[in-house]
Amino acid sequence: MAGKDENNFDRGLPHFYAAVVRGIPTRASDPINPPGIPLAPLPPSYRDFLGHKLLLFLRTVQGLGAFALITLGVLLQKINVASNVLRPRFRQEVARSGVALLPMFGFVALGLGFLVVGQTVAALAKVGAIRYLGTTMVIVVVRELGPLLAAMLVLARVGTANVIELGTARALGEVEALEALGIDPVHYLIVPRVVGMALGVFSLTVYLILGALGSGYLFAFLQDVPLTPGDYFRQITEALSWLDFALLALKTVAFGFFIAIVTCYHGLAQPLRLEEVSRVAVRAVTQGVVVCVFIDALFILLYLLA
Amino acid sequence: MSDIPRIPVIEMFGVSVAALRGGGAVTVADVHWSVAPGEFWVVAGPEHSGKTDLLMLAAGLTSPVAGRSQLFGRDLSDLGGGDPAARRRAGFVFQGGHLFNRLTVAENVALPLQYGRNLSLAEAAPEVQALLELLELAPLAEVLPARLAPHWRQRAALARALILRPELLLLDNPLSGLGARQAQWWLRFLDRLSDGEGLPGGLPGGRPMTLVVAADDLRPWRHSRRQYSLLRDRRFIPLGGWSGVESAADPVVKELLAIPLETTL
Repeated sequence: MAGKDENNFDRGLPHFYAAVVRGIPTRASDPINPPGIPLAPLPPSYRDFLGHKLLLFLRTVQGLGAFALITLGVLLQKINVASNVLRPRFRQEVARSGVALLPMFGFVALGLGFLVVGQTVAALAKVGAIRYLGTTMVIVVVRELGPLLAAMLVLARVGTANVIELGTARALGEVEALEALGIDPVHYLIVPRVVGMALGVFSLTVYLILGALGSGYLFAFLQDVPLTPGDYFRQITEALSWLDFALLALKTVAFGFFIAIVTCYHGLAQPLRLEEVSRVAVRAVTQGVVVCVFIDALFILLYLLA
Repeated sequence: MSDIPRIPVIEMFGVSVAALRGGGAVTVADVHWSVAPGEFWVVAGPEHSGKTDLLMLAAGLTSPVAGRSQLFGRDLSDLGGGDPAARRRAGFVFQGGHLFNRLTVAENVALPLQYGRNLSLAEAAPEVQALLELLELAPLAEVLPARLAPHWRQRAALARALILRPELLLLDNPLSGLGARQAQWWLRFLDRLSDGEGLPGGLPGGRPMTLVVAADDLRPWRHSRRQYSLLRDRRFIPLGGWSGVESAADPVVKELLAIPLETTL
């Protein structure tokens, strides 16, 4: 597995390289650059350190990519296998990644509406640019803040739990036990989490956006902004296009899918000891944030191209 | 016994076994081993001699680093993840049980049956209940594994492995940490399985179950009909029957029999 390779990365390195990566001083006469290649401005230890990090990054991307493909393959191939066992698991995961987070999302939607939307409406009204309200709301809340915030909250609440649960299950030998019983661990443990999280992020984003837009108008109304509810929602609906709906659905499903993949990958593929679980959880959350930002950037490109 | 198919249940040809939790280091090398249907093997060795790794490889849960290993006449590489039905012919009882902590005892036992035959919990319940009663686990059916005493966890793991009526049962140190009474229960029950009588209805064709047990103490396993082997210094040494164990001059065998060694001061 790629995860194992990543942990044992140093073992396959030549002695000199491994020494530099670990910060052990080496002789100046040691050949670093092949003849004919000019020296880079950075000292060799920095270059090797960066190279090491780059290789680790590439290995992680490779591992995550392979894990995502395997999960997709199992999801499609075993869609009707053991449905009596998997159906309750799907319900469980949808409840965990969606329904259970509704109260928190209600609170965040209220906060987002009051703090961001309300202030934006008030500011636009002050400078006489209230006609740009719809476009501003769609760009800020519907396209960017809503999906990204929903993804981050699900990552923090459910993604972390995923890594810890799966890491603990792995460290306690439950994954081997599943295999010994002829149960595919990806099918039983990962597929429900991936589906639950994809549906959860999508639904929660919709609730978050609706809640934020509603509470935002409430805040603007309290500030005596001269805008009727009809005008407010008409402007927003006019600024929305079919592309917004399609890309919002795609983006949130992608967020949920990849958050599940990153957290499950780190939980399932890596820890073999209980003490490793917390370290892996931190790494998974960091990578989850990076992956979400990367997906978001890709979707910005799609918007711009469209 | 003549109607028993003679294809070996486990066969290994020059197999090297890697440690699952030891960074891939080889724990046992060059294993040549054949387990015939209905046999009862005891694989003995000191702690960390690779017994668990060997048993996991025999069950098809890991792959050999070198050599070739077969289960029911099929190469392990053919079994892979694509044929779970073939894998279910071999049951595995881990040391400590490795039960699923979020499921109750009854749900743990039902899960393989539900998954293998696509049954709901209610549909699997009668078979699960019968097995729980056989193993005296019925009063603990709704208890979570974390609340069970270690010997009951081990017994629940046995029930979970038996629910699919495997032809081969591998047990990793099943008597570890058990009191004399519990150990006696296990020895009696495994003997009944080996005789083809342990499970109501038995295996198809009335065949006895093939058993492979890992042990770090040979004394409780004394039996004339069992086969023994020793793991030491990364080697797999077949010892034959109990007479072979008793006549072995190997100091590790004497250690495992708790025979005092002569010491030179």
